[in-house]
Amino acid sequence: MSLASLLGDYTLQNVVLGAAMLGLVSGVLGSFAVLRKQSLLGDTLSHAALPGVCLGFIIAGGREMGSILAGALFTGSLAALVMLLLTRMSRLKTDAALGISLSVFFAIGVVLLTYIQGTGNASQGGLDAFLFGQAAATLRSDLWIMAAVGGVALALVAGLWKEFKLVSFDAQFAATQGMPVSLLDGLMTIMIALAVVIGLQMVGVVLMAAMVIAPAVAARQWANRLESMVALSALFGILGGVVGAVISATGPGLATGPLIILSLSSVVLVSLLFAPRRGFLWEILKLRRDRRQLRYQRVLTTLYQLASHHADRHYRSEKRMLDTYLGADSRRALARLMARGLIIEQDPPPHEPGNNKRWVLTPAGCQEAERILATLGQEQAH
Amino acid sequence: MATLFDNIPLMIMLVGALVGIASSLVGTFLVLRGTSMLSDAIGHSIVLGIVVVWLATHQANGPVQIIGAALTGILTVFLTELLVSTQRVKKDAAIGLVFPVLFSLGVLLINLYASDVHIDAHTVLLGEIGFVWLDTLTIGGAEVPRALISMGAMTLLNLLFVAAFYKELKLATFDEALAKALGFAPTALFYVLLMLTSGTAVAAFDAVGAVLFVAFVIVPPSAAYLLTDRLWKIFVYASLIAAASSVSGYMLAVAWDVSIGGMMAVMTGVFLALAFLLGPRYGLCAQWLSRRRQRDLNESRTLMVHLYHHEDGPEKAVENVTQALREHLMWTPARARRAVELSRQRQLVVQEGERLHLTQAGRHMAREILEPGAKDGS
Repeated sequence: MSLASLLGDYTLQNVVLGAAMLGLVSGVLGSFAVLRKQSLLGDTLSHAALPGVCLGFIIAGGREMGSILAGALFTGSLAALVMLLLTRMSRLKTDAALGISLSVFFAIGVVLLTYIQGTGNASQGGLDAFLFGQAAATLRSDLWIMAAVGGVALALVAGLWKEFKLVSFDAQFAATQGMPVSLLDGLMTIMIALAVVIGLQMVGVVLMAAMVIAPAVAARQWANRLESMVALSALFGILGGVVGAVISATGPGLATGPLIILSLSSVVLVSLLFAPRRGFLWEILKLRRDRRQLRYQRVLTTLYQLASHHADRHYRSEKRMLDTYLGADSRRALARLMARGLIIEQDPPPHEPGNNKRWVLTPAGCQEAERILATLGQEQAH
Repeated sequence: MATLFDNIPLMIMLVGALVGIASSLVGTFLVLRGTSMLSDAIGHSIVLGIVVVWLATHQANGPVQIIGAALTGILTVFLTELLVSTQRVKKDAAIGLVFPVLFSLGVLLINLYASDVHIDAHTVLLGEIGFVWLDTLTIGGAEVPRALISMGAMTLLNLLFVAAFYKELKLATFDEALAKALGFAPTALFYVLLMLTSGTAVAAFDAVGAVLFVAFVIVPPSAAYLLTDRLWKIFVYASLIAAASSVSGYMLAVAWDVSIGGMMAVMTGVFLALAFLLGPRYGLCAQWLSRRRQRDLNESRTLMVHLYHHEDGPEKAVENVTQALREHLMWTPARARRAVELSRQRQLVVQEGERLHLTQAGRHMAREILEPGAKDGS
């Protein structure tokens, strides 16, 4: 299939548009969830959407997107409420409350799903798609509903940007400023439910958790400001969503959800390894550089201390003596020090046996060693 | 004996109860340690282990499957810990990143290579406990469901582990630092626990699927935790709840013609809700009652001190009447009436028209509040 015919394909257009929309919304809303350490809330809300999907189906009497999404939003919010009730009013911790909401609501969903299958409704086949996502089944009318829901969520974020930012980073301070923190908390939870609702058709209830978390985690590695993090997260979300959805739509029998999640996870992996400053690779390199620097600093100060022991600034030290002193091989460190003009190589003094080369500090080397020792002394004094 | 194993409803309920009991045995420690969501992660990611082992050996169950899945479970936890240790990702986000990847790989492998066989994506999630009797082994002339054997073995294994390391597990759960200091290797113990969780997940997989498994791990222990403070009682209560959920879930599922595994999981939720509302000490009702009792007592005590204070003074006629309670203590009429009524019932005051007199017991109570420990009449 050529690129032009791919772009002209009606189904594919729907898929790409839907995936891009999903990536945008979940990328933006996921940023707040990850920063507030509520990543697993998305998992609970998405599993809890299943009974809502079934309820919407039963009430509308068929696969009607509007009522299905409304149902999903309703049970998702209900699950969040149950979770809140359990943590506030009982001795159960957050993790248990999340797990209880998740599994019991999903179980209710399974019961409803089998109930619908039992009634023999002809169009019930479409419901299975909500488990793992089936991008190819997206209709143009579905897109309009997704766009409306996503638009509401994004408008809320834009309108309450300052409030959300403060609550995410310092909820206590926000409370002292007179902000209604509980209300904002609730609003952010409902918005995660909105993101979940949009993803139902594409990714399915089971994998929506990663759809909310992954773009934000990847973006966090590249950005230090909330503004740039949210923008990047949206970008990663769109990228991962479109790539995954296109692969799924062109390959036969491949569920969309897993493909989107895998492409997003690759972005996370790359970000964790290579992002500037926070990237893991840079940290390993920096660690090695620091270690090398420390080694040559030790060699230099040892030479200095040997010289001052002998009260001779031009004391000629032997490499083997240095090695014994440091308990390590100093060859490379010596070469580096010489290249930087801090030490020079000399012949052994005439009255000493052997003809191994000896090492002597230059005036610059003396200064450098004194500087290092002085900073060390300061650190110890602190 | 053979007729026992031919009883299909009994077999299904038995398998369900065993799933619940085996899961609660490990789940109790997960809930108490605050790591319940690991069971969700493990439940999802073992799908990959199951598919890989199936592709390699074409064995859909048995010990190889359980070992393969146990390794996948450990891999999940290991990768999560690895991500957390880089300090780039918080623990909750790390869990939410790792298991979807493994689960996605599993689902894709099913899509690509194993679409029409024993494991389809639908069963992966939901399980088919209603069909456990289709797959049987012949033992001693009786047709025993395979799921019953594997679940029974897992229950036994978990029970042995918990019984053998009961003291160590208890210590590691409630005071990890002390356990470490005493040389009990709590981390190793925890990894064994997670391996058993993964093994249980696989054994329960055919019956209830990946997600409903989470309900059996987390919900019965949580409900039991709301009912008692004793660790061994948590196990007993959780097992009873699991068994009751299995039986009642089966009955309702048959009556309404819906998913049996799903209904069993829903019933665990119902029992949790009951424990949450009606628990003897931590339940909502019990807490409400004890708060009310405390409030009544406080009001009674306030009344006693007020009456005692003005008992012998000239203002007695003004202060020790019900009217004064409203005006001087700022009580609402209803509150004043309630306090007087309760105090009269306890024989702390006697009412004479509008006037209130302390009884000996009431006077004693007021003195006890004002001068704790002082002798009466001194």
